[in-house]
Amino acid sequence: MDYLPNILFAALLIAGIGYFTKNVKKLRRNILLGRKADLSDNRPQRWKNMARIALGQSKMVVRPVAGLMHIIVYLGFIIINLEVLEIVIDGLLGTHRVFAFMGGFYDFLIASFEILALLVIVAVVVFWLRRNALRLARFVKPEMKGWPKNDANWILYIELILMTLFLTMNASDLHLQRMEVAHYTEAGSFPVSQWITPLFEGMSASTVVLIERTAWWLHIAGILFFLNYLYYSKHLHILLAFPNTFYGNLKPKGQFSNNEAVTKEVRLMMDPNADPFAAPAEDAPPPEKFGASDVKDLNWVQLLSAYTCTECGRCTSECPANQTGKKLSPRKIMMDTRDRLEEVGRNLDKNGGTFVDDGKQLLDDYITREELWACTSCNACVEACPVSIDPLSIIMNMRQYLVMEQSAAPAELNVMMGNIENNGAPWPFNQMDRLNWANETA
Amino acid sequence: MASLFAQGKEPEVLFWVGCAGSFDDRAKKITKAFVKLLDKAGVSFAVLGTEESCSGDPAKRAGNEFLFQMQAVTNIEVMNGYGVKKVVTACPHCFNTLKNEYPGLGGDYEVVHHTQFLKQLLEEGRLTLQGGAFRGKRITFHDPCYLGRANNVYEAPRELIRKLDAELVEMKNCKQRGLCCGAGGAQMFKEAEKGDKEVNIERTEQALETQPEIIAAACPFCNTMMTDGVKNKEKEGTIAVLDIAELLAKAEDL
Repeated sequence: MDYLPNILFAALLIAGIGYFTKNVKKLRRNILLGRKADLSDNRPQRWKNMARIALGQSKMVVRPVAGLMHIIVYLGFIIINLEVLEIVIDGLLGTHRVFAFMGGFYDFLIASFEILALLVIVAVVVFWLRRNALRLARFVKPEMKGWPKNDANWILYIELILMTLFLTMNASDLHLQRMEVAHYTEAGSFPVSQWITPLFEGMSASTVVLIERTAWWLHIAGILFFLNYLYYSKHLHILLAFPNTFYGNLKPKGQFSNNEAVTKEVRLMMDPNADPFAAPAEDAPPPEKFGASDVKDLNWVQLLSAYTCTECGRCTSECPANQTGKKLSPRKIMMDTRDRLEEVGRNLDKNGGTFVDDGKQLLDDYITREELWACTSCNACVEACPVSIDPLSIIMNMRQYLVMEQSAAPAELNVMMGNIENNGAPWPFNQMDRLNWANETA
Repeated sequence: MASLFAQGKEPEVLFWVGCAGSFDDRAKKITKAFVKLLDKAGVSFAVLGTEESCSGDPAKRAGNEFLFQMQAVTNIEVMNGYGVKKVVTACPHCFNTLKNEYPGLGGDYEVVHHTQFLKQLLEEGRLTLQGGAFRGKRITFHDPCYLGRANNVYEAPRELIRKLDAELVEMKNCKQRGLCCGAGGAQMFKEAEKGDKEVNIERTEQALETQPEIIAAACPFCNTMMTDGVKNKEKEGTIAVLDIAELLAKAEDL
């Protein structure tokens, strides 16, 4: 029976990590539903971008307050998680603070964790106030109603609870160390939680042990819960920010990729030797759709980005269309893409891995035409994203579908395109008049 | 270009005028101002004239990739036929398209924006500026999206303004965070979607906050949008919207 806690712990750990792994596989499958995109080029630059933008948080500090708070929580998350390693070993082996042999360095580590934990609590409170008391504009846009709002708050509550449990666990441990209770050998330095210990004065050792054990178990169980919460949450960015910045666009932002399927058609049209009556080979795959009407028409990096988006809304707050009251919100483009992709994923799960047409698509059922046509392609959203997401590329792919597959451009744009086709300018001027300016007097 | 080519001469640079620069009455003034500066600096340049056609930018941003590539391939054939190596243009949309999107379709040229080209002429001493007319004037610069964010060109136009001995005042949203004028992405050619404000009015208000005497632009479309914005605010009597090339040409009394 002595090993019951160890066995329980191992079971909890396996269940927690196992379920997470299962969802990661699903995530990977969903992302790979996207079209191919070869992004294996220029790896040194990609590593650099990842180090600078994700690891180094370079774009977060464009907004200093949010940026600083975020760096605290981010550092807290990474550094305090070193402690999880010790907790796991202690849990499996039944030891008490197994890394204590490091002596002074261990004291230093535990002290840093404690200070960071306190700073994280402060940052989380500030974040909560920004969302719920100050109600900053970008946090209360229409697309943030319901789950997105609750999700954001849940993350803050979970972080607050985890940090409180961590400090309670340390405080009770310290108290037991001072009481010289067996198993609780002296280890660590506790600059923050020492201020909590007076609460335990007068309690019996067994009560404090109960508090310590409860905090310890809830803390690790909470971490495993949080790990599994990620898949269902915008909080997935803590993992996906890294691949997303790695695979982020390296070209100038103004360079929109040339659609290769179209290039083939154009070359064929311009080739005087092409056989106009040539039929496709028997075994040729059906031609790819021009542009995108559903998630499967986007490439896998765009889908990865949809899962990476943490709904901070910096894109939307910089968007000229959104600022002037139009429906377009680049954040909503990413949220819709993820929601639809999840729906397609659930469809696959339900039908044994094959997609059964549900009569829905990303276009119209999620993203409206009005949103798509409001974009000025100014790249403000792309510039603003702290994790290299490119909502503009999705908007452009969907416009391509509307124009090339459905001929559904707004009438005025059809006039403009007709002019380009007929006289080589977006306005109805004769190409032969192009040089008239040279003969006019200023 | 055709006549120079027939004489077997190769100009230093091809001036890509663009549709706005060729046809729009306001933008034609920018074209003429830039040509005056080129002449003053003794730059041998050519234009394609009636052989130039829309770069395809508005078609591409509207989603008509097919029309864009048809335009691009046609223009590339013309330019490659003349052996064009360097292109300068006063339109950031043409600049972006030719520089970034033509290479993949067989058109490899060194493409520069006119503000970059003018800056280079000054640095090489081929063009000199006395700057009298604008000394001490408050000038704010509106970053064109397709020059700034799209291609990271922020300094060339600003340097030219500073060369005029003018006081360059920045808007609260400038450079990387510059607000669009509202014309990009083919919006120039359609009414805006329903909202509570026009983008150019918002941007004009930001410009007016700096209390400028001149709003400098570097794109014919931005110029139109900002000019309309200033008119909307009934400030056209006191605030001028001018292209950088026009500023330089005026400073030199050209």
